[in-house]
Amino acid sequence: MKLFVLICVILLPFRVAISDETKDGIEEYRELIADGNPAELWELTGEEIWRTPTGPNDVSLERCDLGEGPGVVEGVYVRLPRYFEDANKVMDLEQRLIHCRMTIQGFSWEQATAHPFGNSTQSSDIEALVAYIASQSRGRTIEVSLNHPDEKKAFELGRQFFYFRAGAHDFGCVTCHSGDGMRIRLQELPNFDDKRQAQRIYGTWPAYRVSQGEVRTMQHRLYDCLRQMRFPEAIYGTDLITAITMYLAKKAEGGTFDAPAMKR
Amino acid sequence: MKTLFPLGVGCSLLLLQSTVASELNDEFHQLLKSSLRSKGPVKVERVLRQDEVQELCSDPDQTISTDMATQVMKQQLEMIEYPEDGHFLGDWRQGEKIAQSGKGLRFNDKDDVPSGGNCYACHQITADELSYGTIGPSLLGYGKLRGYSDEVLRYTWGKIYNPQGYGLCSNMPRYGHQGILTQEQIKDVMGLLLDPDSPVNQ
Repeated sequence: MKLFVLICVILLPFRVAISDETKDGIEEYRELIADGNPAELWELTGEEIWRTPTGPNDVSLERCDLGEGPGVVEGVYVRLPRYFEDANKVMDLEQRLIHCRMTIQGFSWEQATAHPFGNSTQSSDIEALVAYIASQSRGRTIEVSLNHPDEKKAFELGRQFFYFRAGAHDFGCVTCHSGDGMRIRLQELPNFDDKRQAQRIYGTWPAYRVSQGEVRTMQHRLYDCLRQMRFPEAIYGTDLITAITMYLAKKAEGGTFDAPAMKR
Repeated sequence: MKTLFPLGVGCSLLLLQSTVASELNDEFHQLLKSSLRSKGPVKVERVLRQDEVQELCSDPDQTISTDMATQVMKQQLEMIEYPEDGHFLGDWRQGEKIAQSGKGLRFNDKDDVPSGGNCYACHQITADELSYGTIGPSLLGYGKLRGYSDEVLRYTWGKIYNPQGYGLCSNMPRYGHQGILTQEQIKDVMGLLLDPDSPVNQ
């Protein structure tokens, strides 16, 4: 509630401001709220979930290999998605967590993918885990590998999807993310053809969404992009989102990771 | 023959290109099928079934020949349906509501919810609405600047109905051609842009 009032107080003057002032105002608002990011609560919860034995096998995720060895969480996010030999496929963090919850903790696919996106009545373990693991890559350089043929293929498929225009509105990622200075309403849109913009945006997800009161992951960000594109619903944990993520991560290569961030 | 020849070459090149890319395409379609599910008004089959414009405009390398582009734009123009009663302008107040609304045709929308045009998502339109996007040009003063002639009315109708007829791979949805808005709704949006009394033209 306190946060809500704060937002109202800060946002109210925007209605009478002109666009450049509006932009400055939003920047100012972002700086104001940057001091205390509620995502920290998700990070703490995530760490606890990571360490707590659970599931049919009653073990923690501390044996889960996110790419840098069992139990290593430091620096793994910036190197995902990547190819995992034990699963023989390219996985993003969320697919890898599903894999670990199934193979290590003994959950079924349905259990491991249930309720990935939190809401006011039920929070999501996955969002907390992702917040924690991502936070352990803060300050690191985004650097995904395309050395394995499957990694290269995921990138190519992601690239193809980025330019794929279809559905009732002829929309694709390219519609909103291939030019400078584009906005939907007041929301600025990153141009993924511009390395700096790609780095800044990719490096600030996952993020605490003020408008939703939850930490949202890259899976959720892209799930909601597809909804707004008038595309069908993306099934959680499937390979399309991973392919797009691979494409975006490669576009953001060399950027400094600084997430979970806080966004509108 | 003179005009057909380059088109023939263009088509064969396109064919060659699609053979090379077909393996990735098959995999791409499989990926879409396995990762997406139909929900509400949105069907997976619809996004898999691209029309000519969508297919051409999905090329990451943007290698559409000028001849091909001209041909496709001409076809799109020919498919525009103009109002049967000859009246272009509806109620600008309704038009403003349609321009504000982003509802419709998302997987979380009801099947029968009337779609909005969501024009403000991309365009400045009236001076009062400050929350507007910049993907498309500003439409503030649209009629005042262009006049209210039959040519302007006809052009604007066509542009809303099917922008692909005026510039291939435009970012703008084909509101009429794709059935996003009804003829009556397009008339109302026309009113917003071209009624001299509309706030757009004050």
